[in-house]
Amino acid sequence: MSIEAKEEFRPKIVAFCCNWCSYAGADLAGSSRLTYPADVKIIRVPCSCRVNPMFILRAFEKGADGVILCGCHPGDCHYSTGNYYARRRMTLLFSMLDYLGVENGRTRVEWVSAAEGVKFSQTMNEFVEKIYSLGKNVRLGDLRCRN
Amino acid sequence: MQRIGVFVCHCGSNIAATVDVKKVVEMVAMEPGVVHAEDYQYMCSEAGQSLIAKAIQEKKLTGLVVCSCSPRMHETTFRKAAERAGLNPYMVEIANIREHCSWIHKDVEEATKKAVILARAAIAKVNLNTPLKPGESRVTKRALVIGGGIAGIQTALDIADAGYEVDIVEKTPSIGGRMSQLDKTFPTLDCSACILTPKMVEAAAHEKIKIYTYSEVEKVTGFVGDFTVDIRKKARSVNMDKCTGCGVCQEKCPSKKAPSEFNRGLNTRSAIYTPFAQAIPNVPVIDREHCIKFKTGKCGVCAKVCQAGAIDYDQKDEIVTEKYGAIVVATGFDTIKLDKYDEYAYSQSKDVITSLELERIMNAAGPTKGHLERLSDGKAPKEMVFIQCVGSRCSDDRGKSYCSKICCMYTAKHAMLIRDKYPDVNDTVFYIDVRTPGKNFDEFYRRAVEQYGVNYIKGQVGKVLPQPNGKLLVQGVDLLDNRQILKEADMVVLATAIEPNPDVRKIATMLTASIDTNNFLTEAHAKLRPVESPTAGIFLSGVCQGPKDIPETVAQAGAAAVKAIGLLAKDRLMTNPCTAQSDELLCNGCSTCANVCPYGAITYEERQVNDHGIREVRRVAVVNNALCQGCGACTVACPSGAMDLQGFSNRQIIAEVDAICR
Amino acid sequence: MNNVKKQTELIKEISGVNPLKCMKCGKCSASCPSFNEMDIKPHQFVSYIVNEDVEALVNSKSLWKCLSCFACVERCPRDVKPGKLIDAARQLVIRQRGETYLSPDEIPQLLDPEIPQQLLVSAFRKYRR
Repeated sequence: MSIEAKEEFRPKIVAFCCNWCSYAGADLAGSSRLTYPADVKIIRVPCSCRVNPMFILRAFEKGADGVILCGCHPGDCHYSTGNYYARRRMTLLFSMLDYLGVENGRTRVEWVSAAEGVKFSQTMNEFVEKIYSLGKNVRLGDLRCRN
Repeated sequence: MQRIGVFVCHCGSNIAATVDVKKVVEMVAMEPGVVHAEDYQYMCSEAGQSLIAKAIQEKKLTGLVVCSCSPRMHETTFRKAAERAGLNPYMVEIANIREHCSWIHKDVEEATKKAVILARAAIAKVNLNTPLKPGESRVTKRALVIGGGIAGIQTALDIADAGYEVDIVEKTPSIGGRMSQLDKTFPTLDCSACILTPKMVEAAAHEKIKIYTYSEVEKVTGFVGDFTVDIRKKARSVNMDKCTGCGVCQEKCPSKKAPSEFNRGLNTRSAIYTPFAQAIPNVPVIDREHCIKFKTGKCGVCAKVCQAGAIDYDQKDEIVTEKYGAIVVATGFDTIKLDKYDEYAYSQSKDVITSLELERIMNAAGPTKGHLERLSDGKAPKEMVFIQCVGSRCSDDRGKSYCSKICCMYTAKHAMLIRDKYPDVNDTVFYIDVRTPGKNFDEFYRRAVEQYGVNYIKGQVGKVLPQPNGKLLVQGVDLLDNRQILKEADMVVLATAIEPNPDVRKIATMLTASIDTNNFLTEAHAKLRPVESPTAGIFLSGVCQGPKDIPETVAQAGAAAVKAIGLLAKDRLMTNPCTAQSDELLCNGCSTCANVCPYGAITYEERQVNDHGIREVRRVAVVNNALCQGCGACTVACPSGAMDLQGFSNRQIIAEVDAICR
Repeated sequence: MNNVKKQTELIKEISGVNPLKCMKCGKCSASCPSFNEMDIKPHQFVSYIVNEDVEALVNSKSLWKCLSCFACVERCPRDVKPGKLIDAARQLVIRQRGETYLSPDEIPQLLDPEIPQQLLVSAFRKYRR
């Protein structure tokens, strides 16, 4: 037992959304008032292929408990092939992260189109729930950054 | 350090009801770099924008964060406001605290906390923003149309009428395309040549239109507004300037065994030929594969009979290089090969024909001079069977998954025309569905049934068996009657599926235009941008984008022309400044980025670099800002970290990640 | 799951056919050489499965009138293959009777490399009663 009063666990979740589909999908979730937990914070990127694995590692290093990457559906990428690159890179990265002890449930790739507000909110709800069940991420965190 | 101003919008009560706006202002004011923070009812209003402008000037702000609705909504508004106040528009970042916060959360405390974090992320990003300037590129005021069918002709005419130069590149010896092969057109039954030929003549006579027939696009480089295209003019072996089009050479040519492409191989033509009588240009071509002179060296009859001395056996392929601002693809279609559909006996009997072949047979200039007759014995048929959906709507690998769209209508047309001209001939149509959406289309089909007595049977044909007596035994089914049908027919007409011209894949690759699994070119948006390719400066006209009939093709051709004119009317194009940039000191010239770039925007150059005093020539990546669309694929692929995306740099995104995880 | 539903699922599983892909063109019935002998026609097999009317299907004459020529399987444009459905229904009946009509020992000498293997199997099921 910790000496301090046990604080309620609120996960930090970073969502990377591509500008053309998923970010618009998140906007649609908003304008349709489809709720999902406030733990999710969205970062806008031009395309899912802009997400460098470095960004995800950095998030875990800085104490994120889950990272989700959303892009256009395969075949629908605004830049025609970006999401295919993202899919390959993430498959590789996630299996490496799993090996390093960051469970597969903490990372996720989801295709959300601009019309799928419902899917966006559902995905986020599921993902947050999963992170709650996994608890705090203790791997990869850089202790020097903790306050 | 930047001097950042943060502006928090209430959006009436849209944001203020769930987010404690005052608290957000108070919290962000303490962030590093923030020198000004305030809130206002409606930031996007005139008053809100002047508030921003005032703060920029008074506080000498170098960066701006607006906490408001989605950047997809008002990013441009605030960027323009900043620009008017003398700030670089790319120094503005939006924190989306409406769609991504106030609208989806109910708890005020939680929503306020999230809004502060989103604002912090935006502030962290702005801290690293650099002023960006959109590039400019010139527009060459000339358009290229690939394909000289009705789609290409119409597009070219529309562009030329607007006053711009247009070049048409056509692969075959004449423009006209598929439409020139048709006999009559639905639903009005007017003669195809009568409406097409005037258009062909108009295109040929137009002072702004230049037609390259018997030519192919060889190479395309450049980008929107500034394409450079190599056109291969295949050797015609006839001097176009000298030829008078008298036709004597075609008459005298001793080699008459070449299958006529125009008549779908139903008859033969001479080795020196024009595809059809109304061909434009009316200058023949020597088919070197069938020409005796080219095969054996002995003949030269055409050169002897040519009064104008236009025959030139030594002519060589010629490459013409031209510059264009816009390119319209109008490559059209062909019917699919039927070698996988043996059950219809197409390869076994001459009396089983495709609809396009029937079109030629019915045409007065066709192989039978317009008489409906069996190609095997020349007898007039009494029983005609039409089979629909041959190769269309197939989910197996034999056919095409899509509906070819035009077959229902042309089958009704054929059946009707035959009944009209030969009332003693019986027509039976085997159909799965009759699809006739279109103005006066269903009325047309009903007329075939009601006035002309065409027998429509719901059900497909399983097999066509050529009989020893020369008849064709058609084994089909009547699903409504639950009865199998065995019918002796004299001729069977297959409504063969259409597919994009086989060359389109090659052309799409040259243009970096995207293409779907059926080889149709994809449009930029299925509903809202149907005539543009996702690749800027490339427009789509006609069946190359999807199955279409003539009126639709003409409509789309006009639309593509308007889009092209809209581009050509501009003198200069502003380019997106959020493009990739390579650090030449870090680049190791490995080509990884060039391989992932979907636009071919990255090239390699030998460059003199000064690496900490060491001067040497290195092979480094160079991004063409006019081509780069800013997806960022290269930035991640780059193994040495030399590539970065302006406006979404590695450092900026990491700063956002850090702010969120703080 | 009730029995009928289970049997329907079983037929789908054995045949590997998705009856919803059918576009009701009737090419199967048009191709069928024993069409006139059948009480349920090949194109109807599909709707019997969709409507979960397995009872009627397994009791139909068609089950034993099908020649297993696989013309419908060859020519079906939508990959629905009614021939496979009827074969699966036949198999269902045989399984219920607890018999097997196929003695593995006999197969090698009967094999003809020209004949598709599946056709052979279904023909055994049908004729070796």
